Parts: sequence; C-alpha cells; structure tokens
Amino acid sequence: MEVFLQQLINGVTLGSIYGLIAIGYTMVFGIIGMVNFAHGDVFMVSAFIALIAFLILTSWLGLTSIALALLIVLIVAMIFTAVVNWMIERLAYRPLRGSFRLAPLISAIGMSIFLMNFVQVSQGPRNKSIPPMVQGDFVLLDRNDFAVTLSLKQLVIWGVTAVLLIAFWYLVAKTRLGRAQRACEQDRKMAALVGVDVDRTISITFVIAAALAAVAGTMYLMYYGVVSFADGFVPGVKAFTAAVLGGIGSLPGAVIGGILIGLIETMWSAYFSIDYKDVAAFSVLAITLIFLPQGLFGRPDVEKV
Amino acid sequence: MAPEPLTATQDRGIDIIGALRNAVLTGLLAFVLFLPLIGFQTVTNMRGDLVLNTRWGLLFSIVAVIVGARFAYAVMLAPWLTRRKNRPLTLAPSPWRDFAGKWIVPFAIGFAIVYPFVVVGTVGFGGAVKWIDNFGIQILIYVMLGWGLNIVVGLAGLLDLGYVAFYAVGAYSYALLAKEFGLSFWILLPLAGILSSFWGILLGFPVLRLRGDYLAIVTLAFGEIIRLVLINWVDLTNGYAGISGIPRPTFFGIPFNANDDGFAAVFGLEFTPVYRTIFLYYLILALAFLTAFVTIRLRRLPVGRAWEALREDEIACRSLGINTTNTKLTAFATGAMFAGFAGSFFAARQGFISPDSFTFLESASIVAIVVLGGMGSQIGVAVAALVMVGGTELMRDLDFLKAIFGPTFDPTQYRMLLFGFAMVLIMVWRPRGLISTREPTVFLKERKTISADLVGQGHG
Repeated sequence: MEVFLQQLINGVTLGSIYGLIAIGYTMVFGIIGMVNFAHGDVFMVSAFIALIAFLILTSWLGLTSIALALLIVLIVAMIFTAVVNWMIERLAYRPLRGSFRLAPLISAIGMSIFLMNFVQVSQGPRNKSIPPMVQGDFVLLDRNDFAVTLSLKQLVIWGVTAVLLIAFWYLVAKTRLGRAQRACEQDRKMAALVGVDVDRTISITFVIAAALAAVAGTMYLMYYGVVSFADGFVPGVKAFTAAVLGGIGSLPGAVIGGILIGLIETMWSAYFSIDYKDVAAFSVLAITLIFLPQGLFGRPDVEKV
Repeated sequence: MAPEPLTATQDRGIDIIGALRNAVLTGLLAFVLFLPLIGFQTVTNMRGDLVLNTRWGLLFSIVAVIVGARFAYAVMLAPWLTRRKNRPLTLAPSPWRDFAGKWIVPFAIGFAIVYPFVVVGTVGFGGAVKWIDNFGIQILIYVMLGWGLNIVVGLAGLLDLGYVAFYAVGAYSYALLAKEFGLSFWILLPLAGILSSFWGILLGFPVLRLRGDYLAIVTLAFGEIIRLVLINWVDLTNGYAGISGIPRPTFFGIPFNANDDGFAAVFGLEFTPVYRTIFLYYLILALAFLTAFVTIRLRRLPVGRAWEALREDEIACRSLGINTTNTKLTAFATGAMFAGFAGSFFAARQGFISPDSFTFLESASIVAIVVLGGMGSQIGVAVAALVMVGGTELMRDLDFLKAIFGPTFDPTQYRMLLFGFAMVLIMVWRPRGLISTREPTVFLKERKTISADLVGQGHG
C-alpha cells in the first residue's frame, strides 16, 4: 500500500511532464495531421536552454532566490524554445505542406537527428548535472518503516502544470486565436476561406507546443537535475504514446494519457522489472494503436473514399 | 521574411535595400536562435561543477556567415531562380539524358564489379582494406538494406521505421547459431533470412489495420522493443557487451587465414588480409544484386502488382478483391528476409555485434535512403546510399579541415549532424526523392515514364 501510494505520487509527477509534451504532439497532429517527430528533441533543447539560463542566473548573476530563478528560467526557456520551434516549422515543415503524406514525417526525423547532434556537438556528449534546485520533503505517511514522501519539487511540478494547463485551456477555448486554431483543425481550406490566416495559426500552434515542451523541459531538469543530448527520444516517444492513448487531437486526452503513461511506467518499475519499463511504454503504444486507434477521448477516424 | 512581390523585383532589377533588411532580420533571428546553445557552453570544471564558457567569437562568425549567405541568396540566387521559374518549359528530349539513362546502370554495375581491383591497383594491398571495407562494403550494406526496405516502403507503401529489428534478428541468428552450434555461414545465411521473415510476419500481423503515420510509429515501437530485449536478455545475448568472436565466413570451406590450409596458401598466394575483404565485398555485392533482381522480378508478378496497387489506393485495392492481409504480409516478410540476409552478413563481417548497432538511428537512416532516393526507384536508392553513407564516411578522412579549424577539430562528430541536415534539405528541395519518376510495369500500348507528382498517393 505504501509503495503503491509513493509510486502514485511519482507517476503523476512524471505523467505531468509527459502530458505537457503530449499536448505539443496532439496539437500539431490535430492541425496539420503530421507526427512531429522532432518534438521530443525540442523538449531536450528546451531543457538545455533552461540549464544554461539557470547557470547564468545562479553562478554569474548570483541570484539566491530559487523561486525567482525558477520563474525566470521558465520564461526564458519558453521564449527561446518557441523561437527554435517557430524556425523549425518555417524551414523544415512549411515548404512541405501540401506535399505527399510522408514528406513532413521524414523531414521531422531529419530535424530530430539534426537537433540531437547539434546539441551533442555544441554542448558535448556528457551528462550535464546540476545541484538540486528545490529541496524539501513532506512525509505523508510513515508506517512499517516505509515513509511515503511528497517532495517540494513534485509539488512545484504539479502546481506549474496545473496553472499552465488552465491558462492554455483558456487560450484554446475562449480566445480568438483558439477559435482560429480549432477552425483550422476541422477544415483548413474552409478556415482560409472565411479569413483565418492558416499559416500564421499553424506557426502559433508550433510556438505554443514549444512553450509547453519548454515547461516540461524545465520541470524535467529541476526534477532529475541531469540532462543529456540523448534525452529527447524516449520521453518524446512516451509523450507521443500518451497523446495516442488519450486520443490524438484531444487536449484533455493528452494530459490524461500522459498521467496514465507516467503511472504505468512507475508501477511497472515497482512491481515488475525496472529494466523493461521502456518496453512497457512501447507496448502500450503498440497495443493502443492496434486495438484502440482513436484513443480514449478521440474521434474515430472515418475512412472516406 | 515576407516574400518580395515578384513584379517589383523584375522591374527594378535587384532590390538591394530589401535584401539588406532581410539579411539583418535573418541575422537577428539567427542570433537569438544560436545564443543559448552556441554562445554558451556548459563544461564540467576541476571540482566537478558545471560552469559556463562563452563563445562569442563562434556565435558571431556563425551569425555573420548566415547574414552573408542570406544576402547573397537575395541578391544573386533568388533573381536567377525567378528567371528560371518564368522561362518557358521545353519538353524536347535531350539526347544526353537518353544516353545517360541507357548506359548509367550497366556502367554502375560494371564499376561495382571491378571496384576492388581498381582500388588494389591504385593504392596497393596496404591501403586497400580501408577503401574496400569502409566505402565498398559499408555502402553496399546500405544499398542492400535500402533495396530490401524499398519493397516495404517503396512498393507496398508501408512506412516501416523498425526495419533495423529484422537486421538485428538476422545478425543475432547468425552470431548465436554459429557460435553455439558451429554451423557454417552458408547454412545460416538462408536460415537467418527465414527467421527474419518469420519475425516480419509475426510483427506484421498486428499492424495490418494501421496505415501511414500510425504504422510508422508502431513499427518504431516494435524495433525499440526488440532492441531493449536484446539489451536486457543478458543470458541469451550478453546484453550491452554484445557477442564477440563470431566465426568468419569461409570460401567454400577454405578459411581466410595465414595457416597452411588458408585461402592464400591453397591458391599459392602471399597472405594478406585483403583477400577476405575482397571476398566479403563480392559477397555483399552478390546479395545486393540478388535483392535487386528479386525485386525487379517480383514487380512483374501478381504479388508485386498487388503491392503497387496497395500503395496507390488501399480501398480500390480491396474493392477489386485483392487480399490486402496477404499482400501486406508478403511485403513485410520479403523485406524482412533481405534484412536478415544483410544482418547475417553484417555479423560475419564485423565478428562482433552489440545492440548499439541496431538503434533507431539506423532505421531512420535506411528509411532516409529509401525516401530520399525516391520511393520505389532502385537506382535512386542506390544513389542515395552512395551519397549519404559514402558522404558521411568521407567525413572521416577530411584531415585537411584540421589545418583550418585547429588540431582539436574532429570532423567525424559532424557526420550525423550533416546527415540530419541533408535529410531535411533534400526533403524540402525534392520531396519525392532524387529520382521521382515511376516506370509502370503494366501499360496500355506504350510504356511511358510518369512523374510521381502525377500519381495520387493513397493512404499507404
């Protein structure tokens, strides 16, 4: 019971990070029907940007307030990652719009390889670790020599994720921009006919996706305290699994899918085998796509001739 | 970076002010883009703490190069491209193109056959191993894998991002069976192919209902699962450490070593390791030709036609009574079989295999070769393999760059960086691949080469 509770806490934390990345996949897939393969690497790049911003703030500027530093790091990472993803969309995906289906996917795979190796070459191949940013634990339950703890950094992740999700939900559900986005999602041609700037809307989608990935990247860095150039691929695939599990195109689905994947992964590690935890995530992906391709909250894909 | 109105540029000649403004904007953007990752470098200092170094010089030179390139593009390249776009299209057949089209394939095959002798004749026995092994064999392995995957992706239109899994099955089948049971390469080569195609069917079954991107992602997941199993099932595969001491193939029972019963002694030659390399070269060349030949023949069989019909339109295919299940499975199995052959060859050539050789990057490279070459085009795939693999191998030898960038400059670490960049670039430049025309196998009265742009791509 204690182990279960602890893994529940850990799983939801991990799941929040996956959920934030998954929103990027699901939004981009919803609007241009493409699996943005490089999104996991954008997440990794954002973690590096956060790392550098954090080092500048603490070691150069001597900022002592961790809360303030974290806030600035978050904003800086969001801005810079947004620029990176905007540029990627502009250079690698926009010229391929209207081309055959697999072209953007291949371009995205190339982009993913490029980003990974760019970070490896520019920052070096070794793991980058920083001293823990946020310390402090709350003991929730202490029984049978097993203390269930909720750390402060987990609370921070929950809080930041919740606040940003609400802000993001407001953006998509209530603003003009969100309406344009949903219009493009339903019918791009028709949206263009009624005066929605489709290219701009798609660009903004990538910017939002990157900003949320940057939040995930910053949280990842704060939670684990270590990041390397290869850290984009596996979280990327898991977040994609989350998006598929929740129903691709569905925003609440992505978050719930993320939390489910986080829970599956941590529970699997605790009760079965930690070596095979990635196998579990990949199997969930395969099983979902095969048996439940529309996901939990997605619309079934109607085949039209 | 709004596109300049075309008429204005044509009337006023070159718009220098606009070009300058564009270049400055691009420079600003590049500065923001590269500021965090190029401007700063995270390094671990003596005490083990992470500290920052700045690289302003590098950052500003990169930005300067980008500004210069953007300006040059706007001033010189863009007007030329506009003129080119506006010139009337000529459809007159060019005699040079006809000549090249007719002779390029026989010439390439002939060159591939005499290549080892050319190398030995030019650099002698001493340096030949490197050229035959790094360039010849390495490229041919990818040509073969590309042709094998071409059956799945190019002909049947099923995007498979886990192709390397079958390559791994072939390699591990050969390595384990040869080491445990001492079976010879020539028995295990077909066996590895059979085992791989068995896995192709096994993994193909569940994904039959999926199409397009979803299929790609599931095959990716399967590829990763197989790799993770190879890593974690230490009893069987020895995990990360891999399997070493894999027996080398023999020349009809004659081993390539310096002993009295070795190849050199039997044929009365002086022993050098080059003979084995040349033998391996011809082996992979034969296997690659086999793949190409089988593909060409299969395209003319009903099953091959069914594959291509499936690629173009699955629903129409089903309406015409083609059994799509069997069609997809045969494509998966045939493609996987060739990957199995290539895998067992790879294990025999290296003598050592580990899960590191079968990462997703490998799958992505093979898919890149097929798509960049032009899906379904055998020549295109071969050219793409030559350019992508040969190009990245060539990076190893660019020692003169050390003279420019300093002695610590290591060109090999830029290989994959450029590989990814080239993938994006070629995709943007020619989304249909280098050779995008399609030769129909069935035709009415007259055979015509058609541009792939005119062919509707099904959901595939």
